[in-house]
Amino acid sequence: MNALARLGTGFVSAVVEAMEELRIHRGRVLLSLVGVAVAVCALATVVGAGAVAEQGVRESSERGGGRAATATFNVNAATPPDPVQVGTAWNEVLERYGVAYGTRLSYGEMLVQFTDGAVTVPVQAVDPAYGIIHRVRVSEGAWFDETDAERLAPAVVISEAFWDRLGRPPLATHPTVELLGEGGRTAVVVGVTPRNGEWDTEPSAFILADAYASLPVPGGTGSSMMGSLLPSFEAWIDQNQADPIIEAIRRDFAAALGDGVQVDGFRTDYAAFGEDPLLFVKLLVIGVAVIILLLGALGLVNIALVTVRTRIREIGIRRTFGATAGRVFFAVMMESVVGTFVAGVVGVGVAILIVRSPLMSMLLGGGELEDLPGFPIEAAVIGLGSAVLVGALAGLLPAFAAIRVRVIDAIRF
Amino acid sequence: MRLVEAVDVGRTVQIPDAEPLTILRGVELTVEAGERVSIVGRSGSGKSTLLNLLGLIDSPTEGELRILGEDAARLRGARRDRMRGQEIGFVFQQFNLLPGRTALENVQTPLLYAGGASFWRRERIAREMLGRVGLGERTDAKPERLSGGEQQRVAIARALVRRPRLILADEPTGALDLETGSTVMELIEEVAAETDAALVTITHDPAIARRADRHLRLSEGRLVPLDEPVPAGSAA
Ligand SMILES: Nc1ncnc2c1ncn2[C@@H]1O[C@H](COP(=O)(O)OP(=O)(O)OP(=O)(O)O)[C@@H](O)[C@H]1O
Ligand SMILES: [Mg+2]
Repeated sequence: MNALARLGTGFVSAVVEAMEELRIHRGRVLLSLVGVAVAVCALATVVGAGAVAEQGVRESSERGGGRAATATFNVNAATPPDPVQVGTAWNEVLERYGVAYGTRLSYGEMLVQFTDGAVTVPVQAVDPAYGIIHRVRVSEGAWFDETDAERLAPAVVISEAFWDRLGRPPLATHPTVELLGEGGRTAVVVGVTPRNGEWDTEPSAFILADAYASLPVPGGTGSSMMGSLLPSFEAWIDQNQADPIIEAIRRDFAAALGDGVQVDGFRTDYAAFGEDPLLFVKLLVIGVAVIILLLGALGLVNIALVTVRTRIREIGIRRTFGATAGRVFFAVMMESVVGTFVAGVVGVGVAILIVRSPLMSMLLGGGELEDLPGFPIEAAVIGLGSAVLVGALAGLLPAFAAIRVRVIDAIRF
Repeated sequence: MRLVEAVDVGRTVQIPDAEPLTILRGVELTVEAGERVSIVGRSGSGKSTLLNLLGLIDSPTEGELRILGEDAARLRGARRDRMRGQEIGFVFQQFNLLPGRTALENVQTPLLYAGGASFWRRERIAREMLGRVGLGERTDAKPERLSGGEQQRVAIARALVRRPRLILADEPTGALDLETGSTVMELIEEVAAETDAALVTITHDPAIARRADRHLRLSEGRLVPLDEPVPAGSAA
């Protein structure tokens, strides 16, 4: 206990001493730390911006193939089973494996009456979970929720091009569209998805799968697309045990549908395709950051060595008053570490400002990121950690130099 | 208690491209607790060199030196540093104050290495000691702003702040006028008496030298009794 208290006092007094040294030498300390702060800022900015950019790449992949891990299941049978029965079986299987997000997905079309005529619009028939699995962005209104299934008029989420053709009515006014065909219906627009790019000029829409099944088929044959063609099924599952779950779902789903029905299942998310597609970018970014930091460290060692030379006498004086070599070593190290830590905080702070600036988010994700990562914690931790590490490494050399000198030589210096 | 025991101590320094220079040779000295010893000698006679040996700052090249019962040649590393900080108070001839730090911070420095209560109460202890050397009003002044005599008194306060058992003062009144000099000497003697510390003073000033119990002179590298030779065994 006594030894512990002594150790604690020793530590505190060393820190007190280091802080005092920092205060006395703040001019040169500031000078040497500017380099470190700049390096840490560069590092944290690169890592942070890298994470944001990565998020951008990931989100756009996710919009296509779903989040990790998304599996798609297709039902094949000589005589198509009843879609309602298939839907029930699907839901049971999802429940059995605790899958919270699953969706049906089929591609079809509907005939829409615009002011300037009727247009055939491609449509994706989905369940509400589709929006989560594929991170569908909605610029106006909202994506489907559970209550949309109970509407009398089918709900649709339309593309911005579609919305333009309607004259961009505010969604608060519950705009409707006329769906043509035998027994035509009126659909309510609940949301608008933003444009995916310049080329995205043709109207398209999402509709809930059940609502779509009850729609007239364009051309008025009376039977909906759903009647003849089964949708595919998607599930968002735990990435770590994707393969066994996919296999289990595939097996149980097929079993529930009876003999002669085959189900295949496979991953469609970006993470499933072998190596990390962003690995190269990440390595490049880290390489650049490390080089920047090494340069900062070099500058620090240089300045630290020069200043220790001028401080040899002071260190000698301290030693005549009882400072042990270990204590001097620790104090010089501590000074370096405390300094670089502060520089690290400043550098990370500036990096946060840079990464969060509107300019940066425009550069990185065109302002379209849904989960715009605040400032990645990892970037802050890496920035601070490397600052402290650099401080310790850069302090090592001058600390050794400081204790190598004999006391008598130091005070005669 | 015998605080210093030097037997045939010598100090030779190696000088590049020249003959080795023998500064001290055959130095014999014992100092008991509570004793006051004064040493005089010509400039360059090796007084500061001798004091550095006694203060565990330097090591003899010949002979045997025991400080507080410890063989100085074997005392190394952290133990040597701690003993120097704890038991020995050094007043340097050139003051050796830390530039840029206030008088108060300078006097606190030894307490940074003291640990325990002395560390935590370092400011109060340092303030009190500065008050005793008559600098209670100048605690926040930096050495650059202090007169030579004031700097010397800061150096003295710093040497005494850990209550050393062996006080080594190299011309402690060199920069002080007669009156301040004797006041400061009184203070040093007072602090020494409080802890029964021994006091070894180097001085050029006969008035200061006269305050000691024993008077020595350094001449041609040897320590010889001055005026009134010390009879053998009188120190015990
Ligand atoms: N490390 C060293 N290298 C070379 N010469 C040295 C060294 N240390 C001391 N000397 C020389 O030894 C001699 C004695 O030095 P010292 O400082 O002990 O003298 P002093 O008696 O204190 O003189 P003063 O009264 O002027 O302070 C001087 O000539 C000095 O130049
Ligand atoms: Mg001298």
